[in-house]
Amino acid sequence: MTEQTPVLRLEGIVKTFPGVRALDDVSFSVMPGEVHALMGENGAGKSTLMKVLGGIHAPDSGQIFIGEEPVVMTSPMQAKASGVVFIHQELSLADELSVAENIFLGELPLKGFGRVDWKKLHADTDAILKTLNVGFDSTKRVGDLSIANQQMVEIGRALTVNPRAVIFDEPTASLTDAEKVVLFDVIADLQSRGVGIVYISHRMEEIFRITDRISVLRDGQYRGTLTTAETDEEEVTQLMIGRKLDLSRNESHHEMGDVALEVRGLSCGALYQDVNFSVRRGEVLGFYGLVGAGRTEIAETIFGLRTPSAGQILLDSQEVHISSPIDALRHGISLVPENRKSQGLVLGMNCRDNMTLPQVDDLTAGPFVSDGAEIAIFDQYRDKLDIRTPGWRQIVGNLSGGNQQKIVIGKWLSMRPEVLIVDEPTRGIDVGSKSEIHNLIRDLAAQGYAVIVISSEMPEVLHVSDRIVAMYSGRVMREFTSEEVTEDNLIQAISGIAAEKVA
Amino acid sequence: MAQFNKSDIGALLAKQGILIAFAVFMIGFTLANPRFIELDNVSGVIRSSAILGVMALGVTFVVIGGNLDLSVGSMMSFSTIVVLDLHDKLGPGLAIVAMFALTLALGAFIGFLVGYLKLNSLIVTLGMLSAIHGLTLTWSGGKNMDIADKSGTWFAFFGQARVMGVPVPILIFALLAVLLSLLLAKTPFGRKVYAVGGNGQAATFSGIPRARVVFMTYLLSAFCVATAGLLQASRSMGSQNTVGQGMELEVLAAVILGGASLLGGSGTVVKTVIGVLILGFIQSGLLLVGLDFYVQYIVTWIIIILAVWLDVAAKRGRLWSPIA
Amino acid sequence: MATLNRKDYIKRSAIWGFIVVELAFFAIVGDVMSVSDRTFLSLDNMLLLLKQSAPIGIIALGMTIIMINGNIDLSVGATFALAAIVLLDSLTWPFMQALGDWAIPLAWGFALMTGVVLGAINGLIVWKTGVDAFIVTLASMLGFRGLVFMYNGEQPTSHLNWTLVDFAEAQFLGLHTATWFLLGVALILWLVMTKTVHGRNAYAIGNNREAAINAGIRVGPHFMLNFMLIGFLAALSAVIFYSESGSVNPNDGMLYELWAITAVVLGGTKLAGGYGSIISTLGGVIAIQLLRKGLGHIGADTQTVNLVIGLILIGVLFLDRQLNRQGKEELKI
Repeated sequence: MTEQTPVLRLEGIVKTFPGVRALDDVSFSVMPGEVHALMGENGAGKSTLMKVLGGIHAPDSGQIFIGEEPVVMTSPMQAKASGVVFIHQELSLADELSVAENIFLGELPLKGFGRVDWKKLHADTDAILKTLNVGFDSTKRVGDLSIANQQMVEIGRALTVNPRAVIFDEPTASLTDAEKVVLFDVIADLQSRGVGIVYISHRMEEIFRITDRISVLRDGQYRGTLTTAETDEEEVTQLMIGRKLDLSRNESHHEMGDVALEVRGLSCGALYQDVNFSVRRGEVLGFYGLVGAGRTEIAETIFGLRTPSAGQILLDSQEVHISSPIDALRHGISLVPENRKSQGLVLGMNCRDNMTLPQVDDLTAGPFVSDGAEIAIFDQYRDKLDIRTPGWRQIVGNLSGGNQQKIVIGKWLSMRPEVLIVDEPTRGIDVGSKSEIHNLIRDLAAQGYAVIVISSEMPEVLHVSDRIVAMYSGRVMREFTSEEVTEDNLIQAISGIAAEKVA
Repeated sequence: MAQFNKSDIGALLAKQGILIAFAVFMIGFTLANPRFIELDNVSGVIRSSAILGVMALGVTFVVIGGNLDLSVGSMMSFSTIVVLDLHDKLGPGLAIVAMFALTLALGAFIGFLVGYLKLNSLIVTLGMLSAIHGLTLTWSGGKNMDIADKSGTWFAFFGQARVMGVPVPILIFALLAVLLSLLLAKTPFGRKVYAVGGNGQAATFSGIPRARVVFMTYLLSAFCVATAGLLQASRSMGSQNTVGQGMELEVLAAVILGGASLLGGSGTVVKTVIGVLILGFIQSGLLLVGLDFYVQYIVTWIIIILAVWLDVAAKRGRLWSPIA
Repeated sequence: MATLNRKDYIKRSAIWGFIVVELAFFAIVGDVMSVSDRTFLSLDNMLLLLKQSAPIGIIALGMTIIMINGNIDLSVGATFALAAIVLLDSLTWPFMQALGDWAIPLAWGFALMTGVVLGAINGLIVWKTGVDAFIVTLASMLGFRGLVFMYNGEQPTSHLNWTLVDFAEAQFLGLHTATWFLLGVALILWLVMTKTVHGRNAYAIGNNREAAINAGIRVGPHFMLNFMLIGFLAALSAVIFYSESGSVNPNDGMLYELWAITAVVLGGTKLAGGYGSIISTLGGVIAIQLLRKGLGHIGADTQTVNLVIGLILIGVLFLDRQLNRQGKEELKI
């Protein structure tokens, strides 16, 4: 490999945004026929790096090389033309159009009078589909395909040029195991043709299965490259989070009270089935599992946003029926939702109004909202959560992710809930704010709240939870106490490996 | 220009652009013809804008809540015809009550479709524009409605009388504007309208009954329409079936001119009132400086596009659209 | 083009099924109630129906493309009126009169050019300012109407040219001139939307604008071209209609935008863009006209038409939503 020229090489990339050094001197290269994993926590700079590579952001300094040629990327189109193609996590397909039209989107073959040359289009598409070895044909409407097959269409789009390097961004996020196998075959095929692959993923199991080398980013900095065959998960994780895993375990212990919330045999159609768990006052219960395992859907059911098809929800041993968030709030249940921007905040509103939104009916003086009562609440939780904002008039959309998340948490804390559910508490938040939020969650438990934390990040779950529920494909696989949990048995439980053992 | 920070000017224009434009217009017209600013003229303008204005107040709530209402013009014709017809049958008092009840029922129907059934508001109110027009024609049998005995009733009070020298339509417009402004800016309900329009999903996650809030905005809009219909009927004491035709778009123009975003979540009652007055004063000003009435259409066209463009440009931080 | 799934077939055939139901209903009810001595299903009556569908129909066909593109055009009614005035007024210009009948194609050209220019103005503003097409065309609806009044105040503009009238009233193979234009436009636009790169890209843009931009489709010029097209069609509609009537009021064409949108939505085109068909819009246009005539035929007041059309529009929306529901598991938001 040393003789070869990398197909793609980034050198000394620096990118700053106002107040943030998103990429700090990052270098990185991919050899022909190599699968190169790019890893790092959320906010480590992976997505910024990809945007620089795709021409969406111009780097402040640094150089991109394709083969030996330096290139300046100006747009995704131009990146594609120079042989760098992206398979995004969020697919960008036109649902109503056919497979062929999507694969050649923007490049439909022409014959006279502006007409589409359908014959050529379908012939070319069939050739591509053949190399992908898929079971659908080029006239199929993309909206009728499964997610996995839609992804194949996206990959097919990459093959319309002769790609030098293909970047996969979390490609398995919504795939079943069988579908993953198909995807990995396609990747192997690309590899055998000398294409360089950049593989972005959080999933260790996959990384160790298909990659040759692993590069790690942390806080926008390049932390090193490991050869997959010569390393292990622990070393990679350590590079990613900058400390040893075991140190981040939750070891604080305090008094626990009664069971606040109990769920028995809860099911919701195909989303999840027969879920049982309980959480005590003063306890943090962690939910760990892959995206799509049903964790968020359970939280949404408890919060009255989904109708369960079976099962009971008990508060203080009394069965309750919760059919709307209003019911949930009345019963003292609060949910900090998964998606801060689309579910947690009204971004155009100011900090105070966002924070007091659920209880605005109760903060009145006569018919009007009482400014004083609102500001009192805002000030109280601003101090308590250490929210850094110039003042309550600040529009929430202008705050940093960490402060936005604290506003959401403040919003729900100020409701004085019995049970607080926090879904992905630190998604898209910088490392400093992360540990603050983790400490905050521990503190809340210590103050006697029953807290449920849902997370896709293992260090986070291990750090904050007293007990951990592992989910896989809509089912609870196993429940761990913080003493018995190990990184290994947790990974096994959420990747379905333990499924056979349990059954 | 160099010493100014471009983005500061942009931000100022975007934030207060409509007020600045308003001031420029007022000063310009006053310089061109001093009669423009005289009390008589000002009062005349507000009075003739009152009907449009009252309707715009209600639509402001609907738009901030993230929806559209294209049915208000057609609904206003309905209210006018109904109250005129019932006037001679039930007497003015009962006629007004019945008309408000019927108009509110229509608003409730739309609110049900858009709020609870979550149907697209543009199409629903487009359908209702047509349906209510049909209802009006059915009610009137296609004939014009007139009050038989125009002098023997107190019905003319709302549209024609003055209280302490101020025309009643202006008083009603002002009173509603103040009340609704307080409702929107100061009450929990107003806050919920902003939340639902700003981010409906986040509002639901915050325990706000989104469907009910949307329903209420349409009910409120219908109330304003009924009031406008009352003013119209009382002013003219007789009416065609198409009296409100086309007003839905003028109303929307006033609301947008006031700076409300069609995406919902932004706008205020005060700004809408300014939007209404700008339309009114442009009309009057252009006439006073001797221009034909159609010039107002063309000027309004340019003003709306400039106003919204500035707003959009300030939000994205660049003047021209990035679309290739 | 993608192969259709079952839901698509249901959606696409729905409008034609509705037309058949209408035909059967009005024929039978009209017969039973014997309110009219003419048969509803007579050939003459159907031919007339097609002719009467043409003015709104031609505009609705253009609106379909605009809506597939993810935009909307509220200014077509005003464009229609202005093109009509240009058509009739230009025929009275001295140099035009000197040309005799040769003035006719020239007058048509002026009128159509007017439509194209107005459309280009809309398109250019939407493209360059990034302001939503709804607002841009709402404003130009007022502005264009202003131009209409500027032309001739509140007076009607009239000019009868008998050659034009003869042409407009002619029948070829039984179909009226207007019908030929309606069908011709439908055929051409159908070809454009199904066979050409421009048409396919229109779907892609309406379906997923971000993806289209990333794939290098030039969205701006595309918008502009389609706005020019609908301007052209609004003018064409005016040209055909006023060649026969010979007199235009400055308020003519008001609410045409709403009728056209109604026909398009009835034909199943999605308001959000990316989905719709020219042929189904033609069905929507015919269904509305059939309703008008049919209700008249069975003796219902003409006003009932508005009521029924409005309620049907809402009903269609409701059915469409039921068809697209995910079932009980869905998130209640």
